[in-house]
Amino acid sequence: MNTLLGTKRGMTQLWRENGTRVPVTVLDVAQNTVTGIRTLEKDGYEAVQIGSGAIRPFLVSKPRLGQFQKAGLESPVRHVREVRCEVGDVEVGAAFNVDLFEVGGFVDVVGSSKGKGFAGTIKRHGFARGPVTHGSQNVRRPGSIGMCKYPGRVIRGKRMAGRMGNERVTVKGLEILAVDAENGQLLVKGPVPGANGGLVLVRSSNLVQTKSKKGGK
Amino acid sequence: MSTKLQSVEANLGKSQIPEFKVGDHVSVGVLIREPAPKGAKNKEDRERIQNFIGDVIAMGGTNLGRSFTVRRVVQGEGVERVFPLHSPLVTEVKVIRHGKVRRAKLYDLRDKSGKAARIKERTVRKSDKTSKPSKDTKAE
Repeated sequence: MNTLLGTKRGMTQLWRENGTRVPVTVLDVAQNTVTGIRTLEKDGYEAVQIGSGAIRPFLVSKPRLGQFQKAGLESPVRHVREVRCEVGDVEVGAAFNVDLFEVGGFVDVVGSSKGKGFAGTIKRHGFARGPVTHGSQNVRRPGSIGMCKYPGRVIRGKRMAGRMGNERVTVKGLEILAVDAENGQLLVKGPVPGANGGLVLVRSSNLVQTKSKKGGK
Repeated sequence: MSTKLQSVEANLGKSQIPEFKVGDHVSVGVLIREPAPKGAKNKEDRERIQNFIGDVIAMGGTNLGRSFTVRRVVQGEGVERVFPLHSPLVTEVKVIRHGKVRRAKLYDLRDKSGKAARIKERTVRKSDKTSKPSKDTKAE
């Protein structure tokens, strides 16, 4: 097990002893409980299902409540996610918390980016803007989207305006600057996808070795 | 801002923030680290505290991002330094003289010199003197 569920609390800053200021994201990582296990024999793949966060019992379906009860949970959990990993000797009902991570280590954080709504090509794909003056009407238009009678269609995958954001985003190799086991909080360097209060998946990074070779910056 | 973030920030910054206002004449202790000179017995970095003395002309920022600007005139040339209040390199801020001002930002001092650039002294009542940083801040 190397993954935990948490929420993004917000961003702040801290100071290193040499006077440099570091932007940090505070992640609330409360206790995670194993609510289920997927095995090769039974399910065809190996995974651990973890749950976290509080929810009022009447909001949870009865089958779910029964599942939580089996896992030995006193109250139901709000977020449940499956994590692909080697199960090993992890059992249903086992609990994990921020102790999994240590200061100086690196983590990947997965979250849902903020939704931007229906966005144009400039915002969504970084297209260039047209001239704003000299009679130009082509300020934020996407330009030509294809050729002529041949091929007579728009090529698949053409970047256009559309829904932007609210998608799964992974940020890799964030340095852990502090672990507060008492309050279940994790301080990582730099920004993390999503709005404050959003669900994030925190897992120990496999970028560690390459990063620490460069001096761990 | 959520209250929970405030409780986190309380542990990240300085617990004791020096008390001073815009217009005060202050001495800011700045920690300076220099590599040990070649051939020195002690290989550790040398540390010393340099004081920057001048008038506080502006304060800005919130929470851990608070900062203040100190202005002084050195050999006829105005010098301003912006210090982050919570930086560990800012070791202390001693108030030498309280100033009496009616602005939050004293940028007009940049265009003034000599007598025009003076700041009136603010007399501090005896009962307030305990809060005077040069006396004793640890009492609070």
